[in-house]
Amino acid sequence: MYRYDEFDAAFVADRVAQFSDQVKRRLEGELTEDQFRPHRLMNGVYLQLHAYMLRIAVPYGTLSARQMRKLAFIAREFDKGYGHFTTRQNLQFNWPALKDIPAVLTHLAEVEMHAIQTSGNCIRNVTADHFAGAAADEIEDPRPYAEILRQWSSIHPEFTFLPRKFKLALTGAPADRAAIQVHDIGYQLTKNASGETGFIVYVGGGQGRTPMIAHKIKDFLPVGDLVAYTQAIVRVYNLDGRRDNKYKARIKILVHEMGLEKFMDAVEAEFAAMNKQELKLPQAEVERIQAYFAPPALPSKSVRSEALEARRATDKKFASFVENNVSPHKAPGHGVLTISLKAIGAIPGDASAEQMEAVADLAEKYAHDEIRVSHEQNLVLPHVALDDLPAIYDELVKHKLATANIGLISDIICCPGLDYCSLATARSIPVAQRISEHFGEGARAAEIGAMKIKISGCINACGHHHVGHIGILGLERKGVETYQITLGGSGDETCSLGDITGPGFSEHDIVGAIETIVDTYVAQRRGAGEDFLTAYRRLGMAPFKKALYERDKGADI
Amino acid sequence: MPQIVSANRLTDGIVVFLGQGDQWVENFRSAALLADKPALEAGLARAQDAVRANIVVEVAPMDVAETPHGLEPKHIRDRIRAEGPTVRLDHGKQAAHGA
Amino acid sequence: MALFKNGVEMDDAWRSLPDGEAAPASGHVIFPFDWWLEERGAFEGSNVPLGIRIEPGTDLNNIAADIKRFSVIALAFPKYGDGRAFSLARLLRERYGYKGELRAVGEVLSDQIQLMQRCGFDAFEVTDAITAKALRAGRIPGVTHFYQPSERTETPVGVRPWTRVSKA
Ligand code: SF4
Repeated sequence: MYRYDEFDAAFVADRVAQFSDQVKRRLEGELTEDQFRPHRLMNGVYLQLHAYMLRIAVPYGTLSARQMRKLAFIAREFDKGYGHFTTRQNLQFNWPALKDIPAVLTHLAEVEMHAIQTSGNCIRNVTADHFAGAAADEIEDPRPYAEILRQWSSIHPEFTFLPRKFKLALTGAPADRAAIQVHDIGYQLTKNASGETGFIVYVGGGQGRTPMIAHKIKDFLPVGDLVAYTQAIVRVYNLDGRRDNKYKARIKILVHEMGLEKFMDAVEAEFAAMNKQELKLPQAEVERIQAYFAPPALPSKSVRSEALEARRATDKKFASFVENNVSPHKAPGHGVLTISLKAIGAIPGDASAEQMEAVADLAEKYAHDEIRVSHEQNLVLPHVALDDLPAIYDELVKHKLATANIGLISDIICCPGLDYCSLATARSIPVAQRISEHFGEGARAAEIGAMKIKISGCINACGHHHVGHIGILGLERKGVETYQITLGGSGDETCSLGDITGPGFSEHDIVGAIETIVDTYVAQRRGAGEDFLTAYRRLGMAPFKKALYERDKGADI
Repeated sequence: MPQIVSANRLTDGIVVFLGQGDQWVENFRSAALLADKPALEAGLARAQDAVRANIVVEVAPMDVAETPHGLEPKHIRDRIRAEGPTVRLDHGKQAAHGA
Repeated sequence: MALFKNGVEMDDAWRSLPDGEAAPASGHVIFPFDWWLEERGAFEGSNVPLGIRIEPGTDLNNIAADIKRFSVIALAFPKYGDGRAFSLARLLRERYGYKGELRAVGEVLSDQIQLMQRCGFDAFEVTDAITAKALRAGRIPGVTHFYQPSERTETPVGVRPWTRVSKA
């Protein structure tokens, strides 16, 4: 993985000093809250319902064991012993004191981490496929490019006060695990006819109040132009994006209002006029960064692991764990292991300090010191030998980290909602917990199969509800929490936005409504091979609507 | 409707309530109850003084109801602010006063 | 109001010209953008020192031919959070080859000054008392290592042509 050199370390140290000075000036009253707010936001510090919240960047979701241990340390020393992994592959602490944050940032800097640009109207932490560098279907590891963009966008003098936040996501595989089509810019690695690497470029996707799927604006961008082209897009956005209404300020609205053609012309004109030489990526530089991401030297192994098969034959729970939580690796005899942060009834994405340390230990012992955070709020050990899975599993069980539910109905994405977030209109976590408890991880969940439920506590859609197979949006109606359901969304390469079923459901009725949707699907699917999303795309809304709203007719609710 | 005044303490962000005089208290049950508009305005003015003095930020009045168990915030958002996350009863104010 | 140029506080030799007022023969006035569009004909071939004030949202192409004749271009920050002038500054320097004074006006706060400098601003009209105090003390908050090329002279560090520079 990427290691800071002296320059990077000096940069972060600089920034910590700068922000520490701003905190000091704020505490001494030299800066007003209005003046301080953009600075604290630029450094990931929010003021939430109960306290400050600190959002720490995990660039493209990659962590080492040492970094994970440091997060655990911070959780214990400066917070309440836990943290929350987010849909942006970041980590949030819910209770740090402002006066302690300079110290926290100093600790983070020791392990090459920071909170720069995890908030504010700037280019945010760059995200990437959490299976990058390991997945069997990958063309090339997207993280070197994510790292290049991360560096270039750090305290960018021109792009620190954009109309609104700006999110970049990259994937190196045709299967999109990074939801690039719902980002401001999505880059997908591809090869052209002559075998050169480049990017397919998507612009103008996003969720929030007005969800939109990105438009493809380029079929092949040579790798060397990545930074220059990004600058062209962001400059057009900075100059022309709306600033009169924050709900219309994202680039998706600009693309929509300008029209795709005109927008593309503007980007191309800017790109043509700019000094590209200055921003060109020399191949040697790409290779220098790539070297950091070279895959670990994995021992050659046979495809089939006897140790794994022996355990699988006798231990049903382990068999189900392997079935659900292990994905194909490039190297034979290896797998990509997803560790669920969705134990039944738990808070999605939350991990205790002790759990973080357990994962760090496993990464060191069995997984070449690499950990990933997925935007689905789970952790990943990208390089594990199948032979080691029994031992890893036993360790995970001890720490309540062995839930075998990846991709199943209880693997719910859920934002913090009204339990923590000052923008929330309703709670989201209790809904996730009750759905999880209702369906559990047993036979029923297995019968339902692949299902992504995504829950947001307000229209900002941090819980990605628009792209949930079942999306749930918590709203407030006359002082009461109510939950709107959408069906048929998807954040993968077949990206689609969910359709609203109709009137929302009360906190009391929401689990029953999900049950009704699931029952309708199971009854109407063409066998277990047809997953929910496929069935919904075939059946449409009608049978679900009927089941949901006629069920309630005359019922006492 | 009676109200109390809430804010976040500058140094640590913890939710605090305007008490008697220029005191800020952590438990909303000890907050100064502002029964009418003039009382609320006077309370908000005192709170703004505390903002200027860099003691608190984000001042917001909170509707409360007088119930048999004492004062209760009217709105769920305020209840959560006053007590703590409903999904982690071991944290927030509720952890201390066993609500 | 205080004016800082290249790190030094100085008297402002320039005056904002109100809309509709004729420019004095000696120049040294900063035109509002629209008023310049009406008056520009009167200055054909003249080299009286003039300035112009540009609000965000302005299409620089409308004055492309005039840009180099100005001695001062004032770019407005109606709010510190409105970052359009950062891009306008870079365009003026890079695309239009403007070499004169580039002045930040409006809500100019100390923590933005380094960003402004890196985008090509060299003069700052400051109304915020704390910012003025910081500038007088020569204190501009910021960092010393950068990951992008800028409009200033900075020292390249290491191998990358497009990144890694530090304070000159
Ligand atoms: S979706 Fe809304 S409630 Fe949930 S984290 Fe985002 S802003 Fe907060």
